[in-house]
Amino acid sequence: MCSVCGCGTETIEGQAAHEPHHHHHDHDHDHDHSHGHHHHDHAHESNGLIDAGAGLAGVHVPGLSQERIVRIERDILSKNNDYARRNRERFARTGTFVLNLVSSPGSGKTTLLCRTIEALKQRLPIAVIEGDQQTSNDAERIRATGVKAVQVNTGKGCHLDAHMVGHALDGLGLEQGGVLFIENVGNLVCPAAFDLGEAHKVVVLSVTEGEDKPAKYPDMFAAADLMLLTKADLLPHLDFDPGACLAAALRVNPHLQILTVSAKTGEGLAAFLAWIEARAARRVPA
Amino acid sequence: MHEMALCEGVVGLVEDAARKQAFTRVRSIILEIGVLGHVAPEAMLFCFEAVSHGTIAEGATLVIERTPGAGWCLDCGKTVALQERFGACPDCGRHHVQMTSGDELRVRELEVE
Repeated sequence: MCSVCGCGTETIEGQAAHEPHHHHHDHDHDHDHSHGHHHHDHAHESNGLIDAGAGLAGVHVPGLSQERIVRIERDILSKNNDYARRNRERFARTGTFVLNLVSSPGSGKTTLLCRTIEALKQRLPIAVIEGDQQTSNDAERIRATGVKAVQVNTGKGCHLDAHMVGHALDGLGLEQGGVLFIENVGNLVCPAAFDLGEAHKVVVLSVTEGEDKPAKYPDMFAAADLMLLTKADLLPHLDFDPGACLAAALRVNPHLQILTVSAKTGEGLAAFLAWIEARAARRVPA
Repeated sequence: MHEMALCEGVVGLVEDAARKQAFTRVRSIILEIGVLGHVAPEAMLFCFEAVSHGTIAEGATLVIERTPGAGWCLDCGKTVALQERFGACPDCGRHHVQMTSGDELRVRELEVE
């Protein structure tokens, strides 16, 4: 991400790629200097050592240089959270109900989403933001259902952030009172930390994965409000223990709601649609 | 590797501060990272060097202070130490513990000149 305006390496379908902004200052010398800090010798943390306990006092002699301490006291994610708040304000103005779908790669998010859209598109305006490192394959699959979709390619990034979503919204033109699905990059770790401005995170876990996924990746299950246990049609062929899976999920998040679904047979889809519609109906454009 | 994005966040906060406080060099950046958070300090150190290159934060030392985990056990009605996120109360063994610290992810202060 560009540290001046926040633009990253991501590209958004239909929009010009961000020009790299050349923030690097021009050194007219080459880079073989070793960045030695002349004044102090904190046994150089730049060698990879974590200087956990050492306070500042005692490290240098005060008064010998112009150094000073600047209190910051800000969360590292505060910039993302500012963008998320702005997205949330935009969603409030259009009365849009937004879900952030997260899972590991291959859980069947896109298939489930296509099936959901087919069932819902007559009743509500729907739009989709698709996040992947590369390709527009998923956005094309979504567009084949007849709804608007924008692909965000995160490039090196392992998650969508609120700034990328804000840019994607510019190209989407949300209708009043609809549902926006944001399909995050397939990754059960990083997207947990990044608020996009959504109403709920929905974690998708397929029964072909281990039932201990919620215990192994607790942050995501703690951040989600709804879990969809998918590919339920495969349960008769697997040793997957749904009870153990639900217990693991509820241990990290006692408030998690859980639905068992199958995009193939349609099992549980009616419950998911009802869950969406009940919440979308409460959204009134500001 | 969301540590890369977090380091970009750190550099962004340093640049904001540099504009407001008019400093030109950063010697060290003190972060508070809770032991129960989803951040690997080693990865932060690794990513910071790459991300800070060419910015005002280049060459600064990243000092990571770990905040210990603690939570409020609803059953015992007291604050208890937490060794893992969503872990059990060390006294009663139940999981009715709300994390109260250990999740910090903050830039606390900078040492600048």
